[in-house]
Amino acid sequence: MSELKSSMTESVMDALGDVKDPEIASVSILDLGMVHEVDVTDDKVRISVLPTFSGCPALHIIERDIKKAVENVEGITSAEVKFVFTPSWTTDRITPEGRERLKEFGISPPPANHVMGEPWEIDCPYCGSTYVTMENIFGPTACRSILYCKSCKNPFEAMKPVADMG
Amino acid sequence: MTQETLKPQEKKALIELLYQLADDDFLLAFRGSEWLGLAPHIEEDVAFSSISQDMMGHANLYYNLLEILGEGEADRIAHLRSPNQFRNAIILEEVNGPGTYLKEPDYDWAFTVVRNYFYAVHKHIRLDSLRHSSYEPLAEAARKIMTEQYYHLMHWEIWFKQLMTSTDEATLRMTAAIQKVWKDFGGVLTLGPYYEDIVKANFIDDENVMKKRWNNKIEAVLKEVGASYPGEPRMERGNGRNGVHTEDLKQATSTLSEVYATNPATGW
Repeated sequence: MSELKSSMTESVMDALGDVKDPEIASVSILDLGMVHEVDVTDDKVRISVLPTFSGCPALHIIERDIKKAVENVEGITSAEVKFVFTPSWTTDRITPEGRERLKEFGISPPPANHVMGEPWEIDCPYCGSTYVTMENIFGPTACRSILYCKSCKNPFEAMKPVADMG
Repeated sequence: MTQETLKPQEKKALIELLYQLADDDFLLAFRGSEWLGLAPHIEEDVAFSSISQDMMGHANLYYNLLEILGEGEADRIAHLRSPNQFRNAIILEEVNGPGTYLKEPDYDWAFTVVRNYFYAVHKHIRLDSLRHSSYEPLAEAARKIMTEQYYHLMHWEIWFKQLMTSTDEATLRMTAAIQKVWKDFGGVLTLGPYYEDIVKANFIDDENVMKKRWNNKIEAVLKEVGASYPGEPRMERGNGRNGVHTEDLKQATSTLSEVYATNPATGW
């Protein structure tokens, strides 16, 4: 990779760090591990993105926000966004920073290495207690569940674990 | 296999299969969305609407695959076809009960639980086969859908087992619902008139193999909750895979497309 190309890619990545999940304002699409590939050719960039949930109504907004952010990068004139399903987005793609930011937002991050079909542990994002109850495996958005912390008596949300089922 | 390597006969069969997959999810997602605000309790309202939203997303994925194969724009495929162009099973288009969601809805929760549970079991079997499909874009979509559908199956299985083993009234209503769904559920289990080409191209497993898996699973679950297995499910009102449908489909598609059809050129 030429020096110019690599510095352009870096600028694009910086811009992507400012694109937030419209439904979780503190977390960027990089934090969530949604960006798969960034390919800069001259003044054009192609970005492939992994959707979290297929029926997520935020996808169109994310696509628009990515284009807007990246086309503002100096030297880039057009950005193409493509949603791809391989590799599958899984919750272990969420970065350590992403996990921290989810907690700040009151959402407990999913276990890092979940195996579908097996039980999982969810800690309260506020007090860290494991003394919690699952109120509803489904929540306000497709990717979240609703829980209650018996220790600090706070309701909270958690991201559903999603693992590749092979 | 990719779009470029498909032979014409294979492409035709693949398109038929994709319409079946898309329309099944599309219609049942719509029937689910009609329950919004009417489900037995608030937590179920949250769960069921989330499930319906996922399923609409799954239909959208399949419609996008059809768009790539030259069937036209995904939104137009979903909204502007006439009823005889739909390939969903008849049982999935059936209304939830008398009334409409706006006026005196007298919806049947037992019917909804049975229909969704039986469908979720089959959908899981179908996805489990599709993730090895010879058509790679379909296999990729199936692997994605599977991670979400896992939670749907879990949800409906809990409802099904709990209602089957709760009060006498619940058991009575559930048993009536099973009999009702049984009359037409055979329509979900078939791959329709292009069955041979679909299977020959290895897009999905043989329908008889999947049918057997479904029957075995349901027979075991019925036994577990103390109910008897009524024999192979039937297809009394015809095969939706042939474009045969009831008035209920017309009602569903005209409601669904009411806004879109006013001006298809607009971005909704």
